[in-house]
Amino acid sequence: MQIKRWLLKIAIHLDFPLLLLLFVLMILSLFLQYSASGEDKSHLLMHGINMLIALGVLVLVANIPPPYLLALAVPLYTTGVILLVGVALFGDVVNGSRRWLHLGVTRIQPSEILKIATPLMLAWYFHYHEATLRLKDYGIAAVLLAIPVALVARQPDLGTALLIAASGFYVLFFAGLPWRALFGMIVAGAASLPILWHFLHDYQKRRVLTLLHPEQDPLGAGYHIIQSSIAIGSGGSFGKGWLHGTQAHLDFLPEHSTDFVFAVFGEEFGLLGNVFLLLLYLAIIARGLMITVNASTLFARLMAGSVTLAFFTYAFVNMGMVSGLLPVVGIPLPMMSYGGTAMVIVMLGFGIVMSVKSHRKLIKS
Amino acid sequence: MNRPTEIRHYRTEISGFRHRVMAAAGIVVLLFLFLLGRFFYIQVIQYHHYFALGESNRISFLPIPPNRGIIMDRNGVVLAHNYSAYTLELTPAKIDDLDATIDQLSRLVNITAADRKRFKKTLSESRNFDTLPLRTRLTDVEVARVAANRYRLPGVEVKARLFRQYPLGTSASHLIGYIGRMNDADVAALQKAGRYDNYRGTDHLGKVGIEQSYETLLHGKTGAEQMETDANGHAVQSLARIAPVSGDNLVLYLDSKLQAIAEQAFGNYKGALVALDPKTGGILAFVSRPDFDPNMFVDGIDTADWDALNNSPDHPLIDRALRAAYPEGSTVKPFMALAALHYGLRSPEDVIADPGYFSLPGSTHRYRDWKHGGHGMVNMHKAIVVSCDTYFYRLANDMGIDRMHQYLSQFGFGRKTGIDLQGELPGLLPSREWKAKHSKQPWYPGETVIAGIGQGYNLATPLQLAVATAALANGGMTMRPQLVEAVIDSRTGQRRLVPPQPLTRIDIPPDQLKVIVDAMIDVTRPGGTASAASAGAPYLIAAKTGTAQVVGIRQNEKYDARHVLAANRDHAVFIAFAPADNPKIAVAVFVENGGHGGSAAGPIARAVMDYYLLGKLPKPSAAGPAIDAGANRHAD
Repeated sequence: MQIKRWLLKIAIHLDFPLLLLLFVLMILSLFLQYSASGEDKSHLLMHGINMLIALGVLVLVANIPPPYLLALAVPLYTTGVILLVGVALFGDVVNGSRRWLHLGVTRIQPSEILKIATPLMLAWYFHYHEATLRLKDYGIAAVLLAIPVALVARQPDLGTALLIAASGFYVLFFAGLPWRALFGMIVAGAASLPILWHFLHDYQKRRVLTLLHPEQDPLGAGYHIIQSSIAIGSGGSFGKGWLHGTQAHLDFLPEHSTDFVFAVFGEEFGLLGNVFLLLLYLAIIARGLMITVNASTLFARLMAGSVTLAFFTYAFVNMGMVSGLLPVVGIPLPMMSYGGTAMVIVMLGFGIVMSVKSHRKLIKS
Repeated sequence: MNRPTEIRHYRTEISGFRHRVMAAAGIVVLLFLFLLGRFFYIQVIQYHHYFALGESNRISFLPIPPNRGIIMDRNGVVLAHNYSAYTLELTPAKIDDLDATIDQLSRLVNITAADRKRFKKTLSESRNFDTLPLRTRLTDVEVARVAANRYRLPGVEVKARLFRQYPLGTSASHLIGYIGRMNDADVAALQKAGRYDNYRGTDHLGKVGIEQSYETLLHGKTGAEQMETDANGHAVQSLARIAPVSGDNLVLYLDSKLQAIAEQAFGNYKGALVALDPKTGGILAFVSRPDFDPNMFVDGIDTADWDALNNSPDHPLIDRALRAAYPEGSTVKPFMALAALHYGLRSPEDVIADPGYFSLPGSTHRYRDWKHGGHGMVNMHKAIVVSCDTYFYRLANDMGIDRMHQYLSQFGFGRKTGIDLQGELPGLLPSREWKAKHSKQPWYPGETVIAGIGQGYNLATPLQLAVATAALANGGMTMRPQLVEAVIDSRTGQRRLVPPQPLTRIDIPPDQLKVIVDAMIDVTRPGGTASAASAGAPYLIAAKTGTAQVVGIRQNEKYDARHVLAANRDHAVFIAFAPADNPKIAVAVFVENGGHGGSAAGPIARAVMDYYLLGKLPKPSAAGPAIDAGANRHAD
């Protein structure tokens, strides 16, 4: 009886339509990972455990009242930025980039924290300046955004930097960044692309060039794109069937359970499966945007909007990259790729979405 | 006043926010449609393209090399065959530090310095991504040791392979030839000929001899296994299999026993012998001394062995039978005599007085006979039997170089015989045109005179001389010399004869031929220049001796006989066919620096004829002719 009431108390903060859609995604993910890993049961078990942890985080965060989340914004952001500076100074170099920081027994990748901490910080800022918003506030917010983006970009981890930039930008956007400023930014951004090009590392330039002509370097940088395009393309309309994809099973497809898992999906389930997955993502995004629209406070709107669009961004960039539309950046497919951290971050985001939705009547501003 | 504006502000803000969410939703849908378009493009429109790429990723055709055909002699004695053995192979492309890997392997199996050297040489000649043999013929224990350690030796494999072996070793090595690793030039040639596909999975091909000239038949047809393979090239499962077709087996005219006897008969002499069946042109024995062991080349010869063979002043690698051209010397005389009869320049009875020399009209220069003081009164028969130079000097002068060239060319002098081996030299039968082209000088009468005794510019390979001798034996019918008698189809076992091919039919009236053959028979009788070599033969031999002067010799590239001592310079030449009344074998022998033809080359030809006609083995003491420099020029 006691447990039931306790459970009910927790469940009241969950958004069941969103949770249901996420469950469908997770079931799909389990099937996909089983196939992508070459029917490895221990891999599947690990994936399941990661999922449960992420789900636990979601439930936990959904039950944190927004004022507490607000209160967490500054310390989380500050800690994150300090850790990033720490990484820049003392971080471990893995695969040529400095992303990890040793903290006694474990090592962490602070850039992951900032995927949530940055929009949280910006939302916090706008929340407290809601009444007196001026153009200069957007400027300050932009600086708050630029600090972690720049620190992550110089690790170098362009993919994560862009994602942090995107989720911060969504906050600015929903906070009412004037359209003039928005278009000005777009024009300025487009104009600065050639300059930015010079700041890219060679491997990053190569990835962009490879996208345009993957066949020029079929065994080097172009290999990923060629093999994932082959996987998806050879899936055809209806796919080769679950467990019957050959590209991943015969090891032609690199990183086939992590960043490139969508290629396995496309190969085994075909266009039909892809359409289903797109619709599923779209439904999750739609639900997220509905919550955004109906949110009662600015903080709630900004967080729900930013998290939802960030989720979209992950999905779009990953599928675009794997199908050969976008350059290769290390971004996993949300909830589908193997990897605990990414999944926890996504679910943590949705936890915030559910929290701001379920607590709207309880909040006192 | 502040409040209402603030409320209105709030409302516009809310509606502005809704617009922004709508705009975001619109962009989301738009970008997802963009993705959908991409999926439609690659999964529907480009489906066949990507499907085919996926299949070619997944399915590979592993070639199954065919078994190479076997070469055997006329009695079924195997001259070249295959045996299966385990080899230790490395894929250099997969190994970071070759030397370290080889060091590691040397603790497991016995790897000699020679193996390392050979591997380095093969490596320098190999194509990319090849697997190269480090050690061949592994023992079972060695195979087990490598297999047990394979996990820590990437790029190292033990393979069961078929190896070529030449059981007779050095015997008939020039004729059989050998196979060797394909190099870039071989690959390019095969690609140009459109035959490279049939060599996938094969890394050897015939380089020399029959192995080279019959490569197409011996190689067979490569089969294929359709395999599903993973990205690392490891086979996952077999999908289909097309069996290879083994190469055809070759049966030669060669008698390996006869060959061995001929080789032994050379003793330490260098030189060459060709024996053939006049009626078919089939090669019965084909000797080039010194010889080499073709087995050394199969696994890739190491540098030291190669240098030893290639730089030896004796040039064992050169097939003298068809790549060394010598002056035919006095062996040209029977052909000259036939020409005289043909042109009506001499009758057999015409007699000249031989003072021991010949001078051109209006000249005091004396062309000397080998016999000081001359042979006295000489007719055609005697001129051949005692090998009178004066008779042929005068005859040549009367005939002129044009007619000489025209008649002798019918016997195949000065052009390739067309034997089924590659690399044959054409020799040289001089003419005015040749000299004009060659030295831009006119032909001098004196050159005609010495051409009459086979000196001067004249050059013939042992093979050419044997073919010309066989033409005499065969009454003027010249047959193309041929090594392969029959081809046995590997699938059906059917024996397909390679038909003998007539080259030319020289019109020799029987009475004229008889004059020449009778004289050549008397060459082998007491009083003739080859009487010693022919003594006691229970069959009739027709023969002619000769001495080829080395001075001014042009031989094939690199071969330089000037290194030899002046006293030993002359080459002994001997041609013969037997039985003279029904010829079954025609022989031509050159013995380098052997001196007089009858004493050095004659016994070698005799040993060959004795075994071929009588089945008689040479006496142990007569196994080789004594090297007798003193025998030089005592009768020619």
